[in-house]
Amino acid sequence: MTAISPSEAKWHARLLLWLLLAPALLWLGALIVLPHVDLAILSFRERIGPRHYVASLAQYKTFFTEPLYWHVFVRTALLSVIATLLTLLIAFPIAWIIAKLARGRAGSLLFVVCLIPFWVSETVRTLGWMILLRESGVLPALLVKLGITAVPVELLYRDSTLLVGLVYSSLLFMVVPLVSSLESLDNALIEAAYDLGASGFSILRSIVIPHAAPGITAGCIIVFMLTLGNYLTPNMLGGKNSQWFTEQIYTQFITRFNWEQGAAFGFLLLVLSTGLVILGLRLSGQRFGEVMRT
Amino acid sequence: MIPSLPRPVWLRGATAAYLAAFLIFLFLPLVVVAIFAFNNAPYPAPPWRGFTLDWFLGNSSAGRTGLFADRDLLGSIWTSFVVAAWVTLLSVAVGTANAFLIERTRFPGKQALSILMLAPLVIPGVILGISILAFASQVADLLDSSLGLDVDFLRPGLPLVVLGQFSYIATIATLTISARLRRFDRTLEEAALNLGASGAAVLRVIVLPYLRPALFGSGAIAFLMSFADFNTTLMLVGADSPLTVMMYGRMREGATPVLNAVSLFLMVASALLAVTLIRGDKRKPRAAASS
Repeated sequence: MTAISPSEAKWHARLLLWLLLAPALLWLGALIVLPHVDLAILSFRERIGPRHYVASLAQYKTFFTEPLYWHVFVRTALLSVIATLLTLLIAFPIAWIIAKLARGRAGSLLFVVCLIPFWVSETVRTLGWMILLRESGVLPALLVKLGITAVPVELLYRDSTLLVGLVYSSLLFMVVPLVSSLESLDNALIEAAYDLGASGFSILRSIVIPHAAPGITAGCIIVFMLTLGNYLTPNMLGGKNSQWFTEQIYTQFITRFNWEQGAAFGFLLLVLSTGLVILGLRLSGQRFGEVMRT
Repeated sequence: MIPSLPRPVWLRGATAAYLAAFLIFLFLPLVVVAIFAFNNAPYPAPPWRGFTLDWFLGNSSAGRTGLFADRDLLGSIWTSFVVAAWVTLLSVAVGTANAFLIERTRFPGKQALSILMLAPLVIPGVILGISILAFASQVADLLDSSLGLDVDFLRPGLPLVVLGQFSYIATIATLTISARLRRFDRTLEEAALNLGASGAAVLRVIVLPYLRPALFGSGAIAFLMSFADFNTTLMLVGADSPLTVMMYGRMREGATPVLNAVSLFLMVASALLAVTLIRGDKRKPRAAASS
């Protein structure tokens, strides 16, 4: 091996650093930062003639003056919050069973079983719900057979159906961070609290939830973001009644080709999701980098 | 509560019932999709009219097109496959470079850059799609008007779909690979260097074999996520539809059980991939030690 002079070694290290930096900068610069800056610029301009644009707030004015748009926006945000909380409530006992109750292999087996449906595309799962719920579907037929309803009822296109679909498609993203944060909780702490006479509820409140907070925050952030940005489930299960904000974005961008308006809507949705992510982190006292690694 | 503490009978019963209900909820849609792939009826709906393989093999006398003869569907599976292969390749390559960047180098602004790398996970897929669509189209327009260049790959189509999916799947690959690199015992590397191995040899013989499970794992996840992606893809798609977009279009028209057949194929394929992955995961300690 030939000896490398110190200056040469330094030069090598610098070259290596730039070689490693290049893919990251290209990826984040060309696909994340620049497109979003461009989206913001696009949303703040108005077309006043062919190839002639001026800076303007017109797109945002449309959003606030047209009740349909901001109604849909508020509705999407509210339903997403509800779906996130429901997902947390449903997923928590399952995560507890996987992390604490199932012994040995049973726990990891159950974990894998819970993951399986999510290896399959969302399209397939939505198809399943449609076959189950539509008027000519399995559940309405079952209800008639059991004598609960006289004629098949349409179970699709209701808000409750929409929530079921949204919760269903988010479960995995709640179960995984919850399990990993509950697994690291030492059983001895729970035993000690029990021996000291704590009730189940106070153990949950003062030991389990504080310990699992990073997992709960991570799960809620991911689920909220995915629900807010979901297009397929509201579109198929909610139909025309779903009134989901991503549908408005799609309509403006792809159907009407009104990119300025679509960009403004997209930017508003981004602000909403980022805002609630920050709020969630503040409320639980977590840092973004740490939460995303759990 | 935990097993080491006394649990009343009703609580055990309730836990078991809850778990059973949860599993039914989880698997009901998939089971229904699978069952109706074999129903002898023109629509995937009850009642059950007997078992048939028409929706796979086709039946010309009944005017049914089976999955294996449905050129559009088969073509879209192939399209999805090609897109997923590119996304996997790009994500694992960039993810590996990022892992070394985060774990092995120091430079000003590293903290900010590693937080920026996580951002794609909290940006809704639809927004990723439209921002890349708008940006790429404007760059293409600019190149067209200023230089007279016609850059096709910046127009809606498969290259943009690949880039759109890669933009967030790269984050997942980065997280998986850097988590494993962080646990690497660096004394192994130092020992090899002390024994006279070159940097490249250390990378090839020691570090990369150690990373292999994470590389394969993140590759499989990237492939599956790309295959399943809908939101980002829908915004960037051109003339050739990947499978999810094609299925979406057909579902809106009220499709025949051929969609159930293709769904069953997807389930089997992803189950096989999952099993291979879990098997490989179990071999991990031995594979790392022997190579």
